[in-house]
Amino acid sequence: MTTTKDTVQQRAPQTGRKKNSLTAGQMPRWTWIAVLAGALVVAAGITALLGGGGFSWVGWLIIAAVLYVLGMYATTSVLENRRRATDGFWRNLVWAAFILALIPLVSVIWAVIANGLPTLIETPQLLWRDMKGVTGADDIATQAEGATLAGGFLHGLVGTLMITLLATIISVPIGLLTSIYLVEYGRGGWFSRAIVFFVDVMTGIPSIVAGLFAFAVVQVVITTFIGDGPRQLQMVKMGLTAAIALSVLMIPVVVRSTEEMLRVVPNELREASYALGVRKWRTIFKVVLPTAMSGIASGVTLAIARVTGETAPILVTAGFIATTNWNPFDGWMTALPVYIYRQLINPTAPAAGDPSMERAWAAALVLIVIVMLLNLIARIIAKAFAPKKTGR
Amino acid sequence: MTDTATEPSRETSLKGSRGGAAGDKVFSGLALAAGIIILLVLAFVAVFLVIEALPALWPTVFSEQDSIESADTFWQYVWPLMAGTLIASIIAIIIATPVAIGIALYISHYAPRSIATPVGYVIDLLAAIPSVVFGAWGMSVLAGAMVPIYGWLHDYLGWIPLFGGSASTTGRTLLTSAVVLAVMILPIITSLCREIFLQTPKLHEEAALALGSTRWEMIKMTVFPFARAGIISSIMLGLGRALGETMAVTLVLSGGPFSWSLISSGANQTIPSEIALNFPEAFGMRQSELIAAGLMLFIITLVVNMLARWIVSRHKEFSGAN
Repeated sequence: MTTTKDTVQQRAPQTGRKKNSLTAGQMPRWTWIAVLAGALVVAAGITALLGGGGFSWVGWLIIAAVLYVLGMYATTSVLENRRRATDGFWRNLVWAAFILALIPLVSVIWAVIANGLPTLIETPQLLWRDMKGVTGADDIATQAEGATLAGGFLHGLVGTLMITLLATIISVPIGLLTSIYLVEYGRGGWFSRAIVFFVDVMTGIPSIVAGLFAFAVVQVVITTFIGDGPRQLQMVKMGLTAAIALSVLMIPVVVRSTEEMLRVVPNELREASYALGVRKWRTIFKVVLPTAMSGIASGVTLAIARVTGETAPILVTAGFIATTNWNPFDGWMTALPVYIYRQLINPTAPAAGDPSMERAWAAALVLIVIVMLLNLIARIIAKAFAPKKTGR
Repeated sequence: MTDTATEPSRETSLKGSRGGAAGDKVFSGLALAAGIIILLVLAFVAVFLVIEALPALWPTVFSEQDSIESADTFWQYVWPLMAGTLIASIIAIIIATPVAIGIALYISHYAPRSIATPVGYVIDLLAAIPSVVFGAWGMSVLAGAMVPIYGWLHDYLGWIPLFGGSASTTGRTLLTSAVVLAVMILPIITSLCREIFLQTPKLHEEAALALGSTRWEMIKMTVFPFARAGIISSIMLGLGRALGETMAVTLVLSGGPFSWSLISSGANQTIPSEIALNFPEAFGMRQSELIAAGLMLFIITLVVNMLARWIVSRHKEFSGAN
């Protein structure tokens, strides 16, 4: 070993960097810049030729990217060898996949901010007004004469709040108890394996099917116990029905995240508690749950964030109204995502769709902010309240 | 007495905690009940959907009408919807899978650590965006951007039936919906694949590198064989999500009867979108038809998901995909 090291060190000053045996057979480091520049120039030429009069920036970048990847492959296989060339080819493709995925993300967020923020700054009243009494005439006036934007989405905020709250109240106890059963009582028996399997299956239930299910259940219950007149059929659509639909989507998420957190709780803690003569249920309440609390809370917050953005199940279960309804047990309710959907697809004034679009984008911005805040809160909870690993 | 260490029995418990014994029973009963409720809910989903769908499935037996409203038989009504759903989801999978695997590899094996963590966050962020926002984006941004591409496809590849018909001038077609779906399932496939790629045994990777393989050869020799089952199941889970996705398709697609052309407006429809568009105003037989269509969707996604879980459980011992 020492001899080779010596020879390298002795040779290096005499012959310069090029013949260093460690870098022999490698391309110069600036090769990729040269290939990139060449690709950009050639692509500009091709785009100008193909495009006729106009010059397409998107086309230029796409052609340049393809040329660069192929050019790097050719250059590397000539200057080095085919194996290195293949390696570089796939590395470039992986980078391309990453950049490709960033485009829609940036585009979505840009669309929401660019369309929603100006409206929201100009008419913050949207946040505390509902659509009561807003007619097509108002929107036509807004579009034609520049009158202030009418209406708002307070009813959507209230609906989302009440429905999500109710869904949380239903699904958190069920999800929590189920995961306690799985971790503390089930111990891998056939029944707990069946629950795990079906919870996984439940994760895959399409959200709209969950909505149909809740609708079907409530309809069957109401027609059986209350009657099946038109008034009773009207009653089926309410906040509670939507909350049931969301619970079907929420329970599996809560079970999976809580189960994971409970499994992380060290067995020594449980055994120490049992050794002191504490009963199993008190051990779970006083030792296991507090230890796992931060993880559970963050999992529940993520589950809430997930169902807050759901549209389809609420659309088929809670109806759609223009006024604020605080009572989830009676009457139709509008949730924020449903409000966005309705404003986009059935503008208040079909002849003047712009005001409806503006309201929809402003609501979309508010919805994204709510969901992102919930995600952020979940991360903060997980970090800040995590049980200490040392120092006990 | 051997089990006193894990479960204190009545003899060893201290005096005065007899109420605790009842608490133990009540609590374990509650936990068991919660588990049973979950199984019941899933059974109920199937049972109630079937009850409400029966009039549409066999109109002569379960309703006063001879046939359903939208077509002569239920199958005639539902097959174009099923075809549209499957086509859109499969295109979405074809677009999303390579990109998702690429990003997962980027995070797990290519990016420097200081970049990999934020990229992981960004992907999770993409997963958190509500579907209705994706729908609004697809409808007002992506659809317009796709119009020139459809014109090009129609001009040069129009002889393929998929790009035949008349090219859409609004861009609100099944192909645009499929692209939006691809964007939506991308984070799901990515995060699942990333987890599995990261679990590749370090020793396998180092052995491959020590034998002189390049990074790509190392990935081909160690990561992919280890993660194959996991990749397949994550694709299936993504497919399940794409099949059931409603809002993106409802807002983007201007639907119609079945057509082979993917680039025409007013053609094709998917089950979730059909339900979302028509259910709020439907009653009686029409409602049953839509619930029956939902039942079909439920069965398709159930089969896809169970297949995915089965693949994972079959490979559990020698892969990280659990």
